[in-house]
Amino acid sequence: MEAVWNWIVQTVTGFGDDFYLNFVKEDRWKYLTNGLLTTLEITVLAVVVGIVLGFLVAIVRTTHDHTGKLKLLNAVCKLYLTVIRGTPVMVQVLLIYFGIFASVNVPKLLVAVLAFGLNSGAYVAEIFRSGIMAVDVGQSEAGRSLGLNYAQTTWNIVMPQALKNVLPALGNELIVLLKETSISGYIAMDDLTKGGNIIRSQTYDAFLPLIAVAAIYLAVVLILQAGVNRLERRLRKSDRR
Amino acid sequence: MIDVKNLYKDFGKDIQVLKGINEHIKVGEKVVIVGPSGSGKSTFLRCLNLLETPTSGEIWFDGKQINVPKVDINHIRTQMGMVFQHFNLFPHKTVMQNITLAPIKLKLMNKEQAQENALQLLKRIGLSDKADAYPAQLSGGQKQRIAIIRALAMNPKVMLFDEPTSALDPEMVGEVLDVMKELAESGMTMVVVTHEMGFAREIATRVLFMDDGRILENAPPAEFFGSPKNARLQEFLSKVL
Repeated sequence: MEAVWNWIVQTVTGFGDDFYLNFVKEDRWKYLTNGLLTTLEITVLAVVVGIVLGFLVAIVRTTHDHTGKLKLLNAVCKLYLTVIRGTPVMVQVLLIYFGIFASVNVPKLLVAVLAFGLNSGAYVAEIFRSGIMAVDVGQSEAGRSLGLNYAQTTWNIVMPQALKNVLPALGNELIVLLKETSISGYIAMDDLTKGGNIIRSQTYDAFLPLIAVAAIYLAVVLILQAGVNRLERRLRKSDRR
Repeated sequence: MIDVKNLYKDFGKDIQVLKGINEHIKVGEKVVIVGPSGSGKSTFLRCLNLLETPTSGEIWFDGKQINVPKVDINHIRTQMGMVFQHFNLFPHKTVMQNITLAPIKLKLMNKEQAQENALQLLKRIGLSDKADAYPAQLSGGQKQRIAIIRALAMNPKVMLFDEPTSALDPEMVGEVLDVMKELAESGMTMVVVTHEMGFAREIATRVLFMDDGRILENAPPAEFFGSPKNARLQEFLSKVL
C-alpha cells in the first residue's frame, strides 16, 4: 500500500521533470508523431486492401450460394477464410515478413500493408456476407422480376442495403485493425507503439511513454468512431418515418 | 399468351408442391387463383416468370418456351410485371427512384422519359405528392399501389399478383383492389392469387381452384361460385364465403 502511495506521489510531483525527459528532451516526441503517421499509413492502406479483398470474397461466396456458379473460386475463398481466421495475426505478419518476403527486397510498409490487409480481408468478407444475407430475399426477387439481371440487382438493390447493415461492424473492424498494427514493431516498422518503446528504452521510464501511446490510440479511435457514426446517420436518411 | 404444360415443382426430395399443372392463359384474361394455404398457388404463379425453376414441364410465353437455358429470362421478365404480398419496395430509394430504376437501368427510357412516365402513373393512383418520399413514410396500401405502378412502368404484357392484399390492414385493401380493378378494365392480362373472393367474383374472367398441387376447378366466376362441381371446392367455399 505504501509503495503504491509513494509511486503516486512521485508521479505527481515529478510529472514536469518526467514529461520533459520523455517527450521534450532530444525531441523525443517525434518518435510518437512519426510513429503515429506510420500507424495511420499502415491502417489506411490495409483497410483499403481489406475492404476490396473482403468485398470480392463476399461477392464470390454469395454468388456461389445463390447461383451455384464460381465453384473453384468459392473453394479458394473458403480456404483463405479458414487459414486467415484460424491463425494469429502476429504469426501471419511474421510469416509474410520473414518467410515470404525474406529474400526479396520490398519496402517494409508494403509488407505490413499486405499482411494486415490480407488478415482484415477475411473478417471484412464475413461481415459483408452477413450483411448481404440479411437483406430480405424479396428485395432481389423484386429486382429480378423487373428484368434486372443478377449483377444489376446485387449492385443497385442488395448492396446499398447490405452496406448500411454492415457499417457498424465495419467500423469496429477498422478500430480493431488500427490497434492490431501495434505489432508492426516486430517486423521493424517504427509505428506508434514502437515509438513509445524507443522512448522507454532511452529514458528507462515505462509509464509516461506508454500512457501517451495509449492516449493517442484512444484519440484516433474516437475520431474514427465519430466519422463512422456520421456516415451511419447519413445512410439512415431513408428510415425516417 | 401463357401456356403451362405438365408443370411439376418439388422442393427437395420429399415435398411435391405442383403435381402436373396444365393451363392456358389468353390475352386480356383475368385469371384469379384461389385455394387453401400450401396448395401451391404462389409457387405456380412464381413459376410463370421463373422466380421458381420448374422441376419439369414447360412454360410458354408469347409463343416461346421460356424455361430453357438459351432464353434470356431477364428480357422476358421485363414483359411480365409482378406484385408481391410484402410489396418489396426498395427502402433505400425514393418512390420515384423505385419506379424509374428498372426502366433506366435497362435502357428502355432515358431519365426524363422515365420520370415523366412515373409521374403520370403516380397521378393515376393519386399519389403524385409522394414522389420524393421513402417507402418507410408510406402506409401499406400506398406501398402496394406504388409497387403496382413500379411494375406497370415497364409496360408489361401481363401482370402477376401474389396475394397483393394479404399483408394489408383491412382498411387499405379497398384502395389496392380499386387500382387492380382499374387495371383490369384497361384490358391488362392479369393472373391474381388472392383470398379476396369478392374481387374474384367481380373481376375474374376465370377462377381456378387449387389444392394439393393440382387445379381442381376452372370456371367463369358465376359458375365457380354458383355451382361448384368439385367437392373440395364446395367445402372450401362453404368456409370462406
